[in-house]
Parts: sequence; structure tokens; C-alpha cells
Amino acid sequence: MRRPGNRLTTLVLGAAVLCGAALAGPALAKDTVVIYTAIESEQITEYKKAYEKALPNLEVKMLRFSTGDISARFMAEKDNMQADVIWGVAATNTLIFKNAGLLEAYAPKGLERVQPLFRDKANPPSWVGIDIYMSAFCVNTEVAKKKNLPTPASWGDLTKPVYKGHLVMPNPHSSGTGYLSVASILQRMGETEGWKYLDALHQNMAEYTKSGSKPCKDAAAGERAIGVSFEYVALEMKKKGSPIEMVLPKEGSGYDMEANALTKKGAKNPAAKAFLDWAISNEAMALYAKYFAAVGVAGFPVPEGLPKDISKVVYPNDFDWSAKNRDRILAEWQKRYAK
Amino acid sequence: MTGSWPSGRSGTPSSVASRPPAVELDGIAKKFGEVIALESVSLWVGEGEFVCFLGPSGCGKTTLLRVIAGLERQNAGVVRMRGCDVSALPPSERNYGIVFQSYALFPNLPVARNVAYGLETRRMPRAEIERRVDELLDLVHLRPHKRRYPAQLSGGEQQRVALARALAPSPSLLLLDEPLSALDARVRQALRVEIKALQRRLGITTIMVTHDQEEALTMADRIAVMNHGVVEQIGSPVEIYTEPSSLFVARFVGHMNFIRATACERPGWVRVGSVELRHRPGPTPPAGTRLTLAIRPEEILIGPAVRDGENRIVTRICAMQFLGAFTRLGLALPGDTGPTLECDVAVNALAEVGAREGAELPLVLNPEALRVFSDGD
Amino acid sequence: MAVLRADRAIPDSVVRHRLDGETALRYLLIGLFGLFLYLFVLYPMAKVLWRSLLDNDGAFVGLANYVRYFSTPAIAASITNSLYVSVVAMVVTVFLAFLYAYALTRTLMPWRGVFRVVAMLPIFAPSLVQGIAFVYIFGNNGIWTRLTDINIGVYGAKGIIMAEVFYCFPHAMLILIAALTATDARLYDAASALGASRLKTFRTVTLPGVKYGLMSACFVVFTLVITDFGAPKVIGGKFSVMATEIYNQVVGQQNFTMGATVSVVLLIPALVAFVVDRLIQRRQYALVSSSAKPLEPRKNPLAEWSLFAYCFLIAASIAAVYLVILVVSLVERWPYRLAFTLKHYAFDTVGGYTPLLNSVYVSALTAVGGTAIVFIGAYLVEKWRTRASAPLYALSLLPVSIPGMVLGLAYIFTFNVPGSLLNRLYGTLAILVISNLIHYFTVPFLTATTSLRQMDAEFENVGSSMGVPFYKTFWRVTVPIALPSIIAISMYFFLNAMVTLSAVVFLVAPGTELAAVAVLLMDDAGDTAQAAAMSVLIIATGLMVRFAYGGLMRGVTRRTQAWTATATDQVALMGTGSLK
Repeated sequence: MRRPGNRLTTLVLGAAVLCGAALAGPALAKDTVVIYTAIESEQITEYKKAYEKALPNLEVKMLRFSTGDISARFMAEKDNMQADVIWGVAATNTLIFKNAGLLEAYAPKGLERVQPLFRDKANPPSWVGIDIYMSAFCVNTEVAKKKNLPTPASWGDLTKPVYKGHLVMPNPHSSGTGYLSVASILQRMGETEGWKYLDALHQNMAEYTKSGSKPCKDAAAGERAIGVSFEYVALEMKKKGSPIEMVLPKEGSGYDMEANALTKKGAKNPAAKAFLDWAISNEAMALYAKYFAAVGVAGFPVPEGLPKDISKVVYPNDFDWSAKNRDRILAEWQKRYAK
Repeated sequence: MTGSWPSGRSGTPSSVASRPPAVELDGIAKKFGEVIALESVSLWVGEGEFVCFLGPSGCGKTTLLRVIAGLERQNAGVVRMRGCDVSALPPSERNYGIVFQSYALFPNLPVARNVAYGLETRRMPRAEIERRVDELLDLVHLRPHKRRYPAQLSGGEQQRVALARALAPSPSLLLLDEPLSALDARVRQALRVEIKALQRRLGITTIMVTHDQEEALTMADRIAVMNHGVVEQIGSPVEIYTEPSSLFVARFVGHMNFIRATACERPGWVRVGSVELRHRPGPTPPAGTRLTLAIRPEEILIGPAVRDGENRIVTRICAMQFLGAFTRLGLALPGDTGPTLECDVAVNALAEVGAREGAELPLVLNPEALRVFSDGD
Repeated sequence: MAVLRADRAIPDSVVRHRLDGETALRYLLIGLFGLFLYLFVLYPMAKVLWRSLLDNDGAFVGLANYVRYFSTPAIAASITNSLYVSVVAMVVTVFLAFLYAYALTRTLMPWRGVFRVVAMLPIFAPSLVQGIAFVYIFGNNGIWTRLTDINIGVYGAKGIIMAEVFYCFPHAMLILIAALTATDARLYDAASALGASRLKTFRTVTLPGVKYGLMSACFVVFTLVITDFGAPKVIGGKFSVMATEIYNQVVGQQNFTMGATVSVVLLIPALVAFVVDRLIQRRQYALVSSSAKPLEPRKNPLAEWSLFAYCFLIAASIAAVYLVILVVSLVERWPYRLAFTLKHYAFDTVGGYTPLLNSVYVSALTAVGGTAIVFIGAYLVEKWRTRASAPLYALSLLPVSIPGMVLGLAYIFTFNVPGSLLNRLYGTLAILVISNLIHYFTVPFLTATTSLRQMDAEFENVGSSMGVPFYKTFWRVTVPIALPSIIAISMYFFLNAMVTLSAVVFLVAPGTELAAVAVLLMDDAGDTAQAAAMSVLIIATGLMVRFAYGGLMRGVTRRTQAWTATATDQVALMGTGSLK
């Protein structure tokens, strides 16, 4: 069987394209670069001002979704690639892109300044990390007091029956934060114990959200008592006036890295490379460092409220394992907890 | 009579003049799906002639008009105009004006713009258009209304605007599709006269479709009576009225009495109940054949003249209907209980015969007026 | 009457007219309209169907996906969930809307105009706005919950139903107002002459009279709910319905195959509802004779005041929902910092005002392009009968039964094809315009058809008898007469394109974000205050546009009053931009 009606379709393409061209193509005077990103939108706002100033001749078309969603979209478009640049998407996922052959190795200018941990081992690297983010609990103290909930200190605490219905965490399918938490638990406890733990956690879970920051924002709004999220949102919500306390679990937080990469499509686009060069510049790193404890280039001050040395609070992540097993873990997760 | 030219009385186009007729239809057939609307219709319309297509609704008369206009496409047959085959021409190239039953005036355009509609695409100078519009509005006596919208006019006025609009581009043929049927009786009467006069004055070939026999009789030069998709008879109003060629035409045009009868041995005689009557010379079927006699109410003779006339019968008056100028009597034939005959009697004659309900009334069915049709007609 | 006579051989074919330029142009236009519908309706739908029979690698697997769908309890639950939510929301909405419409049409209670306007509000908001509002009101930390300490548990079926009832209320109300208005006072006179009690009159006259209206309202609400994606997305919590399932399969997992499979299953109830509704509407025409007398409501203080209280309650709740949205968007941080601020309107996190401007631009293009295509298409189908008319008509009715998400997914399959020329449309604003246009095609098409049918069938013939080309008659006569309908159609397109989410959520691309999608993404990311602010702007834009159209309509009506008294009658039906 063939696809229905191909010949007829080809016949009318002319009209359709005319129509499309008329609407779609306001003259492309600037160099256009299409960027897929999972960076928090508030941060993008900040970064945007900077890159617009630094790269005035660049017309940036950006698509932002949660890590899992943007990755799924990028993967789905692999035969018809739209993105030139991957910017700030979890290293785990970037690794998957690399393994799928969707990336073009590229050494952005100034690569030598980036700490070894933050870059793909190949040379030139397929991806370069820019910052580290880690799982953190957001506890709404007001709600907790009203509901008589003790402040949890560890992953283990979260499975206590007292929290039933008060927890919310991101769906690892769509959210990078969600996946790094699940992956870290499985790496730390081993798969058998890990899944047992997740089963218990599921009993207490009110909802799995699409985005990684939403659990914390829900907690901040008082909608939920405790959100499993990541450290930046926790601080941000507290700053904005919500009664939020950030908890880094004592077993160690899971972590991942936001990474940049050049796509196969972007390989032919000089503007894409220009953007990637800027994205690890000192200017960019200084901006990342306003939100994250550890960024690609060492020596930037750590934001208020975050641990000075994150290696003390995170549980080490085996990126290769996380990337290789992602599909399998997600399938298992889906089977167990999707409704 | 379908499939062939009308009988000699109507003449053939060549017998009228050497010029080809304005419109000539040759074997037109039309069906909608499985339903046959026209079955091989052939006729012609002479230059300057006013022809009516008359028939009951659904007889195919409007379809025939639309075939001429090119608004319906026939399944078979040829339409000629002034000798040229126009069967393949789209409506816009056939040069006619048309007035529809609904008038189809453009409600958003004032009267003058409606009339000018066909002129404006013809690269005519503005002033010229204005002049022509005024001329036409004068013709239909509507010049004072030229700035009004159709909705602000009466039905009769709208009708005249439609007529003016159709005539504006000086077409060689005017088609009228039941143009008067939406109007009340008084307006209709007046417009009949007006349209006929206008047609005479302009000398424009006109075809009008109507189901109203009175309208056809008063306006047409010739009438084509249609039934079931065929032309039953074509002829002048007088011919149609006096010499209906079929039972259908006799029934449809004018008022007619029908009497059931059987053929006698004697040719030219029939038996009705116990009496034998002579009829107008015509077909002589074998004795015993069932026949229908037809006579118009005004052709029945009563009063002194009937004392010893031929075909004299005595009837009983069982109903009297006062109709103003005359009274219509419902008469029962001997042996019948209900009225089978109707007879119109002028007011003064009524007193003379002493008519009253239940009284007997002798009358004469003049053999020359007594038409005979075989029942199968 | 013409008769069947089989004995004469009349050819089946008709004598052909010579093909003149005009006719050729007409055929060309009909052909283009057909291609348009083929390319943007039939072909994409065939792609979805086809795709549901393939696995993720493109191999043909027959019905395996359906087997998997129905045998995976987690996913299959979405079917029963969808049906449950839709039926409950349908019953509640139609019941509430019936009482409301009854009060508006059959009593002389005060404030009828105000009540009617307030009840229209939800039409101007994407469906997820209701969801967001209910989280703020009944959520775990909502106003109601904080004030009363009673948590009604809004996340899940309960919340979805509440949000959908508000979202669908005006749609049901409009249909029921129309049904309740189209009644014959003589029936009521007869009933009271026969000494029937109020209750009996209601049962034997009122209810049967609006039977078809009630059914129609039921089907419309059912279809709206089962195809809606916004409200369940925002307030559904763990409760999954088919529309969110498609979204999760497609956006979350890029599992297009399962998305297509769920889509095809979702098509079935929508299609059934549509067909039944059409059958019912066809019957309703005969119900009110042209000699009917309109019903003049009589004074009845007791009923009036109780209904007034009822309407007040409903209208106040609707107003409250949007007031909450407005307030939330204007305070620092609900509920902890209540200082007034405009900072949520800065949209500094998500492309600023671009989505809103895009939305206005796309809506305007949909209004202009959609109106032109719908009206010209309906004109070609209705006024120039060809063998293509019936199939084109059927194809034009089809879109109303295609859920927006399914259409969006179908467009991905159709336009995201590497190497295809169609791919040029992917990721452009044009494809958003087209998907809106098709998603909302049917109602305007029917409006245009109705308006064209009311016109004298001979206008075109008069024109061509005088040698005036059809397009001149179209422009000089048809369009001016149909102007009120044309305006109503373009308003319908604009307002719907402004709020739709489901048809475009899969199709937005970098640079072509739309406001409703921005609301979704902001809510997804937990930026609810900004989502509320964007919602306020969407509603405000809609209201302004509605207002402008109202002025335009009044102007046109005044101008056309000279030549017609009935220019506005069908506008009443569409005048609100509702009725999907």
C-alpha cells in the first residue's frame, strides 16, 4: 500500500507553497538560527538581552519545552530537522542525540576554559555543558504547618504515609528534572530497591507534572505542600515571596547538566556556530552563574542560598548509564505509574 | 403528435416568410434523472410573434423556456435562433432578455441601476446608459421611481422594472416565465394589456410561459398547449378554444362540459343514456365504443330557439349559481341525479325561460358545437 | 407532472455548451476549492487513519495499535474517563443552560440583557482559562478552600466537569434561546383554554417544542467536551482523557502512532454526535409554521424572582471566574503578596507580546481568508450545480466533526514530510491559519449556504442572460446582499481563532507561538499569574473585536435597511461567534 493520493498532492503543491511563501517569508535579512532549548523561561529572558546585544545580526527563533518534550520533538524531526542549535538541554538527552547521530561535533571558541567534567570526551566534542542543576524539594512551610507535616530531610522521608497526597513531582517522560531524580534513585539504590522505593513514592504522589519547575511552583502557590523539583526554582520562589523552604535530600541530590550542541542541520549555518561560541563566553557563564552553583567555567561566584561545593550534596551521575537506559526506564515507569 | 411538425393549420415556418423563424426547436428532449420533462418537442416562433407555452404545472413548459435560454441543457434536439444553431452557446451569447416569475430584481440596487445592469458591461458611455434607462423607465411608466429600491415598489411595479431590465440591452428575444402569477387579479389584468401593447410596439419576439389559460388566450398570437412534456396543440387562441385537438386541450382551455357517450351504428351519432345525439363530423369509431362529448356552456341553446331543434333534450335544473353578468345553471340529464351539464344564461334570458331549481329545462346541443373525443385521448 | 416513460430512448448525456472563458473560470475555481478541501481535509485525515495502522517505524501492522490501545488499561481508561466527563458535563450544562435560557426568553424578569451578555463571556476565553480559574478558586490553596477550609478536591474529573460546564454554557444557552424563541404562542393559548396546569403545559407544550433544541445542545456540548483539551490539561491532575492522552502521546513521547490511534477512536463519538445532530436539525425546520405567533411572556412575579435569583447566581459565578483571573494577573503573588502590580503583563519570560500579536495576526488572516474561501466555496457549490457539488458539500461539513487535536496531528503527518513541497508550510503562520480555517470551516459554510439559498436562484441567470460575467454579479449583487452573513462569518473565524488551542498546539513552531498556546506553556511551567495575564489579554482582544464587529454590523444593517427588512435574521445565530 502506498500513502494515499500522492500524485494529486504533488499536483497542488504549487498553490499551497505560493500561499505558504506569501505568509511565511517576510524577508530574511538577518542570519536566522533555530534554537531548541529547555532552559527555564525566566532565565532565557535574562540571557536573551545579552545575546541580542552581543550578536545583533542574529535572528533567533527559539522553541522552549520541558527537557523530555523538546528532546522528543527533536528526535521526531530527525528526518526533517528544524533546529540548528541545542541550547541548555540535559546532557543525558544530548548524549542520546549524539548516539543517534543527530549532532555535529564542534569545538566552540574558548572551549579550553571549560572544565573537563562539562564536556563530551570526544574531541571535538559533540556537546558542551554549561551548568549543573540538581533535584531539590520545595516545602511550603505555611501549608506544612496547617497540615501538620514535618519537613522532610531525605528521599526516604518522602515515602512516609503522612505525606500521602501532598507530594508532586515531574513526569520523567517530559521533564529532565523528573528523569534525573528517577535515574539518580535507581543508580543509588540499584534497580530492584530503586523501583520498590519509587512504588512507595507513587503511593504518596498527588500528581506528576509535565514540567520540572511546576512542582515547586505548585508548592509555592500553596497548591501542594511539597514539590520535588530543582534548586533554582526553589530559590526563585522563595525570593518572590512564597513561604518556601528548599531541602536538598541527605542521600544526595540527583543532578544533570544543561548542555549545548550543534545539530546536523546547524552544521551548515555559521550563525549557529556564532551562537554556540557566545553560549560559553564569559559573559554567558556569568549569567548562568547567577542561577547555578556550578557552571562550565570555574571561578564564578555561587548564588546566595546554594551550597558552595556542590560535589558534597549531589550523588554522582553516570551520564552514559542514564542515557543508555533512558528508554527502558521510562517504559518501566510508564507501565508502573501512568495512571 | 409529438416528434413531427404541428398540423398544417399552424403552418410551417417557410409558409409564413422566407426569413428563418426567430426561434426554432427541433426534437428537444430533456430528462432529470429518470424523469422525462420534455419529449421531443418541435415548434417555431416567428419574428415578432408572441407565443405562449400553456400547460399545467410540471408539464415541461418552464423547462422548455430554460432550454431556449440555455439555462438548462437538453439531452437531445436543436435550438435555432434566426436559423443559427445555438444549442452549444452559453446563455450569455444567445441575446435574449428574460423575466422570471420572482422577477429576480437585485434588491441592493435602485431601480435605475437594475435597469442599467445589462448595459454597464457593454462599454457604453455613462450618458448613453442614463438615456436608455430613462427611455425604458418611461416605457413602463416608472421614471419617477428610478431612485427607489425594489422592496419599496409594489408587485406590479417590480414586474415592470424586471421587464425594463430585460429589454434594456435590446435583445432580439424576450422570454417571460410566469411573469404575472405572483400578482393579484386586478394588477394582472392591467399588466396583460400593458405587456401585450409593449410587445406590439417594440415588435419583439416573445415567448411567455403560463399556466393561466385566460392569460394565454388574451395575450398570445399563438399558444402551444403542453402536457406531460409534449406539445398537445399549437394554434391561435381562437383555434385552441374552438378546435381543441385533444380531450386534454379541451379540458384545460376554457370551460367545457363533458358527457359520457357510446358510439351508435349510425356514423356521426352517439348515444347518451336513452337519447341519441348527432355530433360534429369527426372520427367514426365502431358502435359501442365509449366516447366523450364536449360542449362549452355558452354553446348550449335554451329558450325559444330550442322548440324543435336537433339534439333536443330535457334536463332538470339542480343548481343555480349567480355570477353577475350571467347565471350558471347546473343541469341533470334525463336519468341522472346530479348535474352533468353547465350552461351559462344571461340575466334577461334567465327570466324568459323561467329557470328555478327543480324546474325542467329543454335545451339543444347544437351538433356543430358537440365535439367528440375517444376516451383514450 | 412529468412522467416516467421508458419506451422512448432519450440520451443520458446533455448537449454540451461551448466552453467559454467564464465557464472555464468557474470550473477552475470549483477545482481549486475541491483541491483545497482535498489537501487540507481529506488527505490529512487519510494520513491519520493510515498512520494508525503503522508502527513507529512505518511498517504496516493492521489493527495492532488499536488492540494495544484497548488492552493497555492505563491508556484505555482515557476512553471511559472521556465519556464519563462528557456525559456528566453535558447533562449539567444543558440543564443549567435550559433554565437560564428559559428565564431569558419566557419571563419579563429584569436584567435579561445583562444576564445574556455575562453568560457569553466564556466564548472569549480559551477553555483552559476556566481550568486555571478553578484552581485559583477551589484548588488546595484556592480562595474557597482557604476561606472555608473545605477542599472539594478540584483536580480530576470534578474540576474538569466544572470547567467544561462554564466553557460550554454559552454554546448551549444560545441554541436553547433559539429553540425557546421559535415557538408558537397559539399552542399556549390552546393549552390554557383547555385548562392545563402550568406544569402540564410545560410538559406537553414547552418541552416537546424545544425537544430538538435540547438534543442539539446536548450534542454540541458533548462534542465540545470530549474534544476539549485545555481544561483537562490544566485541572485534570492524574485524570486522563482522550484529548490529553493524544497530547501526552504526541508532545511528551512523540509516539505519533499511538496519537493517531487515539485520534481515530476520538473521531468516532464526535462523528456520531455530528451525524445525529444533522439529522435532528433537518427535522426541526418543520416544527414552527410561518403563521406562528411569537410568544409574549406574561407577568408572573413569583417565578420571575426565583428565576432572577437563579440567573443572578449563574451570571455572578461566571463573572467571578473571570474576575479571579483578572485579579490574579494583577497582584504580586497570589495569595501571599497581594500588592497591585502589572509585572505579569511584561511577559518577559516567553517571547513577550509576540504570541499575542501572532494570535491577532493569525486570527485576522483566518477571518479574511476563511471568509473568502468559505463564501466563494459555498457560492460555487450552491449556485453552480455540478456533479462536484454534492461531494464538495459533504467535504465542507466534515471538519466540524474533526477534533482540533486530531486535525493538528493530521497536519503534522501531512506537512512535516522531508523533501515534500508541503513541508514548506510546516512551521509557518500559514499552516496555523489553514488549520484554524479548517477547524472552524463548517459552521460558516452552513451560514453562507443558508444565506445564499435565501437569495433568488435566478440572479446569476439574469446576469448571464444580459452577458454580465458571473463574477460581476457575484461582486455587485451576491456579496452586498450577503454582507451581514459575511461579517458574521469573519467574526466567528476571528474569535474562534483567537481562543483555539487544540488545533494549533502541535503546529506552533519557533517564531509562530500563539497566545492560547503561550497560556498553556506558562501554566505548564507553573507561571500561572502570567498565564492569567495572557488570558486577560486574549479575552480583552476578543471583546474589543466583538465590539468593533457589533459597530460594523450596525452600520451595515443601517445601510441595507433601505432595501431589506430581514438582513439580520441569521446573524442572530452567529452573532456571538459561538456554535462550533
